[in-house]
Amino acid sequence: MEISAPVFELNNVEYSYPGGIPALKGIDLTVMPGESIAVMGTNGSGKSTLLKLMDGLYFPSRGVIKAFGVELSERQLQEESFAYTFRKKVGLLFQDPDVQLFSTTVLDEVAFAPLNMGLNREEVMTRVNAALTALKIEDLKDRAPYQLSEGEKKKVAMASLLSLDPKVWLLDEPTANLDPRTQDWIIEFLLTLANKGKTMIIAIHDLDIAESIAQRIYILGENHAIVAQGTPRDILGYRDILIRNNLLRHK
Amino acid sequence: MLDDYSKTSTDLFETLHYPKFRRRKDFVTGTLSNLTSALERTVFADLYAERPGLLQSIDPRTKVITFFILILATSLTHHIEILLGLYLLSLALASLSRIPLGFFIKRVWIFIPIFAGIIALPAIFNIITPGDTVLVIASFKHPHGIGIMHLPSEISITKQGLIGASLLVSRVATSASFAILLILGTGWTRLLKALSAFRVPRVFILILGITYKYIFLFLRLVENMLLARKSRTVGRTGTKEKHRWISGRLGFLLGRSYHLSNEVYLAMLSRGWNGKVHMLEDFSLGLNDALWISFISGVILLVTLLELVWR
Repeated sequence: MEISAPVFELNNVEYSYPGGIPALKGIDLTVMPGESIAVMGTNGSGKSTLLKLMDGLYFPSRGVIKAFGVELSERQLQEESFAYTFRKKVGLLFQDPDVQLFSTTVLDEVAFAPLNMGLNREEVMTRVNAALTALKIEDLKDRAPYQLSEGEKKKVAMASLLSLDPKVWLLDEPTANLDPRTQDWIIEFLLTLANKGKTMIIAIHDLDIAESIAQRIYILGENHAIVAQGTPRDILGYRDILIRNNLLRHK
Repeated sequence: MLDDYSKTSTDLFETLHYPKFRRRKDFVTGTLSNLTSALERTVFADLYAERPGLLQSIDPRTKVITFFILILATSLTHHIEILLGLYLLSLALASLSRIPLGFFIKRVWIFIPIFAGIIALPAIFNIITPGDTVLVIASFKHPHGIGIMHLPSEISITKQGLIGASLLVSRVATSASFAILLILGTGWTRLLKALSAFRVPRVFILILGITYKYIFLFLRLVENMLLARKSRTVGRTGTKEKHRWISGRLGFLLGRSYHLSNEVYLAMLSRGWNGKVHMLEDFSLGLNDALWISFISGVILLVTLLELVWR
């Protein structure tokens, strides 16, 4: 595979919920390897849906999504070899960590993805221990995920992706509902990932955080379409668009 | 302005007359405490499987087969004495596996009145099981008929009816004890992996796996819903209002449940799950399994011999 080939290419992608309720309209987006992209928008603008489409969990009603040059279709993901390679390369952090953490203990949770990838026990344990250490949550390994605080849950959810070590991280509101210190910690962690060459697509509605992490920002409007895109500096200049799309207060 | 507000709010609080509450728990508090204990029970149930004990030391596949045989033997037994022996065996196994007996017994017997009691109750009367009278409930001058049903002149509890009902209840209780013991001494994930080793269809394992993972979220959702109501309720509310709230929440729960279960499934799929159960530990058969199989074979042989002798 060419290093310069796009990780994701979305051409005129549309998605509607059952009953024809539109979630995304005419999305064109290209993600190159190692890029950090922020997708911004208010609640209900379609950010989470976009990430689920890119993770092959939903499929577009219209348009094409290509991942690593291959069309991401339901049929394609039914092929075990493709699904295996794709899932190994792409990881999604869910907005609500409760839906992501379903194992009995944190240790089992962090081991879930590498075990599903068919790695042997030694390799799984090496990855699990490395992930727990990186997130500084070694002391939580025997706890039940449901007993953890929101910040701890978020860290465990991140560790459960880190143990998979995907090339592409899809992150849905990684700093939502967290105290400032944990938010800062997570931003630092994401910057470390970016420095290691990981590709990141982050759904977020905090402009400051998006600016500190992303090289490019896409704004999803309340009409579920991309209304602006550019570097953080460009986006900060689109004051009217930011105010109109509820990303900046009138002052 | 803030000063004005605080003055007004103080006045408001001073003018409030607090009703005297009775100590009886309302349905929100009652349901909340039940939910919390249900959540704890579910979590602790899985933690018992991690304790060092007799059943925990046996390969899950061996346990699935042997417990299936024990349940089969229980359902084919015709003598209450043998059933009592098998039930005592389940208690001994629970104790040797470091599962608290109080917790285990409660977990089994809580469902017995629902699943067996209701079915067995009519069978104790002479209308269903004629026989030797133990206790007369009602006497009439003449036999009666209600529709196609014939009522004798005396309605009573019979010895044969009592024996039949006890047999059914003890059979269900003993079978349930073995099934619950298998789950508590194995853990849900290991049990699913053992079932997939016996080529149980993947869709069945998939549904069981998601159900277990989803149950925590569901309990937490209901708990938060009830807490939200409790925080906004002062005093006691009328029955009509309670019914309206419950029916509204049931509809909400149905929609939310569907959404949450779908999200849990997507989260599992996203991390490479394909319906196969993978675990950190590998199953392996050892000396403990051989000893356990010999012991269970001995139990089955004894049960068969007693059945033949007492026939």
